[in-house]
Amino acid sequence: MRSTTADDPTPHARATAPRRQFLQTLGAGAATLLALDVLESLAAAPAAAAPPPAAPAVQATTPGPPPAGGPDPAPQDVLVRMRADLERALRKPATQRQWVMVIDLRKCVGCSACTIACVAENKLPPGVVYRPVVEEELGTYPHVTRRFLPRPCMQCDNPPCVPVCPVAATYKRPDGIVAIDYDRCIGCRYCLVACPYNARTFDAGERYTDGTPETSPVERLPAFEYGQRRTREHDASPVGNARKCHFCTHRLEAGLLPACVSTCIGRATFFGDASDPDSLVSELVAKPNVMRLKEELGTQPRVYYLL
Amino acid sequence: MKRALYVLWAVAFALGAWGVWERLTLGHRLAGYGSYVVWGLWVSAYIYLVGLSAGAFLLSSLVYVFGLQRLERIGKLALFTAIVTLLVALLSIWFDLGHMARFYRVFTSPNFSSMMAWMIWLYTAYFVLLLAEAYLAFRPDLVRWSRDAARTPIQRVVARWLTLGRTALDPATVAAEGRAVRILGTIGVPLAVAFHGGVGALFATVSAKLYWHQSIVPILFLTGALVSGGGLLTAVVAFAWAPRDDAWRQLTALLGRLLLVLVLVDVLLEWAEFSIPLWYGTSPEGHLLRQVLWGPYWWVFWIVHLGLGTAIPTILLVARGRDPIAVGTAGLLVAATFMSVRLNVVIPAQLEPALRGLERAFVGPRLVFQYAPTVHEWLVTLFVLTVGAALFWLGARILPLIDAKEVVR
Repeated sequence: MRSTTADDPTPHARATAPRRQFLQTLGAGAATLLALDVLESLAAAPAAAAPPPAAPAVQATTPGPPPAGGPDPAPQDVLVRMRADLERALRKPATQRQWVMVIDLRKCVGCSACTIACVAENKLPPGVVYRPVVEEELGTYPHVTRRFLPRPCMQCDNPPCVPVCPVAATYKRPDGIVAIDYDRCIGCRYCLVACPYNARTFDAGERYTDGTPETSPVERLPAFEYGQRRTREHDASPVGNARKCHFCTHRLEAGLLPACVSTCIGRATFFGDASDPDSLVSELVAKPNVMRLKEELGTQPRVYYLL
Repeated sequence: MKRALYVLWAVAFALGAWGVWERLTLGHRLAGYGSYVVWGLWVSAYIYLVGLSAGAFLLSSLVYVFGLQRLERIGKLALFTAIVTLLVALLSIWFDLGHMARFYRVFTSPNFSSMMAWMIWLYTAYFVLLLAEAYLAFRPDLVRWSRDAARTPIQRVVARWLTLGRTALDPATVAAEGRAVRILGTIGVPLAVAFHGGVGALFATVSAKLYWHQSIVPILFLTGALVSGGGLLTAVVAFAWAPRDDAWRQLTALLGRLLLVLVLVDVLLEWAEFSIPLWYGTSPEGHLLRQVLWGPYWWVFWIVHLGLGTAIPTILLVARGRDPIAVGTAGLLVAATFMSVRLNVVIPAQLEPALRGLERAFVGPRLVFQYAPTVHEWLVTLFVLTVGAALFWLGARILPLIDAKEVVR
């Protein structure tokens, strides 16, 4: 009965597409996560032993003029800097952290590794996505170009999704993250219609392996959103709930960057504490080429884009 | 004829019950709504049914407030209609909740910045008022029925229960209760306006959806409630009123004239709703309105709403305004087709991606900006409607919906 468009695949293909997508997602996500987490920890190891990275080392990987005196002998991965920023932020009281994300659209290559890493990290089911990468084709043939726009939750400072919740199940944390109390949410989905970024999705209880003889063991593994261990069962939360990106709060608390940041192959996504003037994100949000989505709505997003 | 209706009801109920069984065992898996079009048929049915309730109640209450004595006779019938439609409306929205068992939290942990919380508390107050008013309005007749040997044993027992033990029939008590009904009815008017205006505001306050974010939306909800509730009440009086006498003919003629005015006022407001954003062709919500008018579901607006729900009833009411059956048919058409208006409020607003290209960003069956109710959703709605029909049928049999003196006359 569901209406379809002309470019919809056949019913059979539609049935298998989510499964195929899931397997691809899972394989790619796991591999990327593994590889990048290893890289990240390797990179972090010397950083932990050495004194905090100095400003010139950062400049090598952030936009700006190259340091004077010839090429930089050891350009440092921005992940190292962000990891150090994160460690510094975690040493502060939780109420004094102000998490923000910066996405450099000039560096994003549209690989969707972040989307996939997020799906794998949070064990997202069909119909739920936290960080899609929106692709847009600009111009007229033959003068065309494509733009990629990763869209996590904006973690708005004036979030339209929070006041609409009839049971106060979604709230703004002191560190700026808009969180959902899965056990309180009644599943009315008012917050989904209220979000001007379509950043919230509904968990209808499906699995990628529905309709196959066996449930994938991976789909029975717990996720750790909001630091809670939850396995998706028949209709237990988060099934039946609104779901959204939470900047991987569970990873942050463990001293890890959000999955989308760790896995960004173009190093286009930056994350950190905006209340720390020495953090990389503080430098980036002060740049003149920064913008936020739908600024005119007054939502005050905490996700910045560099153009 | 009656037998055929019973069979039809039983089949519809069985199919509906199957849908409910699916809903309870499989959750939301069979539903057509998803993460982008998040509200579908059940939400539309809910606002349609609460609209019927508020409309039927407002119409009956306006009688008390503005002293339209000739309509007072349908007071109890209108109250009963308002209660039944509200009950089934709540049933419809209950099935839509992601966690049905958590519905009580809207009372235990309300968030009063939420228009939805306001709506819930207002309809709770409205429901309590309806019950109190209905009790006081029905009680004298219930006492009479419980003592009337001509009534069936079930009617007498139910009547005795519903009196809650208050059996006084002296003129002073009855007059005091009559005054109380009037006072409650008067309080009920602003309450019903606030409640259904609140349903409209629930949509209108969402700035993310420009299609809803219009000041006229709560007003349209109110006129829509009056039109559809008025239509339903007119149909009920025309078809279910037992004594088909002169009083019945006058009553239906009066209701018909009221309905005609309401239909025309609603058309005027709808003209404003569509013509203002569409006039220069550049408004942000214009393409969604054009989608309603010329999209794949154009017939919902033109044929169901404007044709069957507006043009034909208007012709019937103008040309055959004194014929109770014609007026009743007009009322039935207006009430039944009003669901199309509710669907055209709820669905189109959600068909537009918040960011261009989002529809292709991450594909999945629930990540689409299209919607058509699934068979499962229709079945559950069928269940809700058959429950409503059964409650009406029961009420007509075991409750004194029409004044005892009317029946005698």
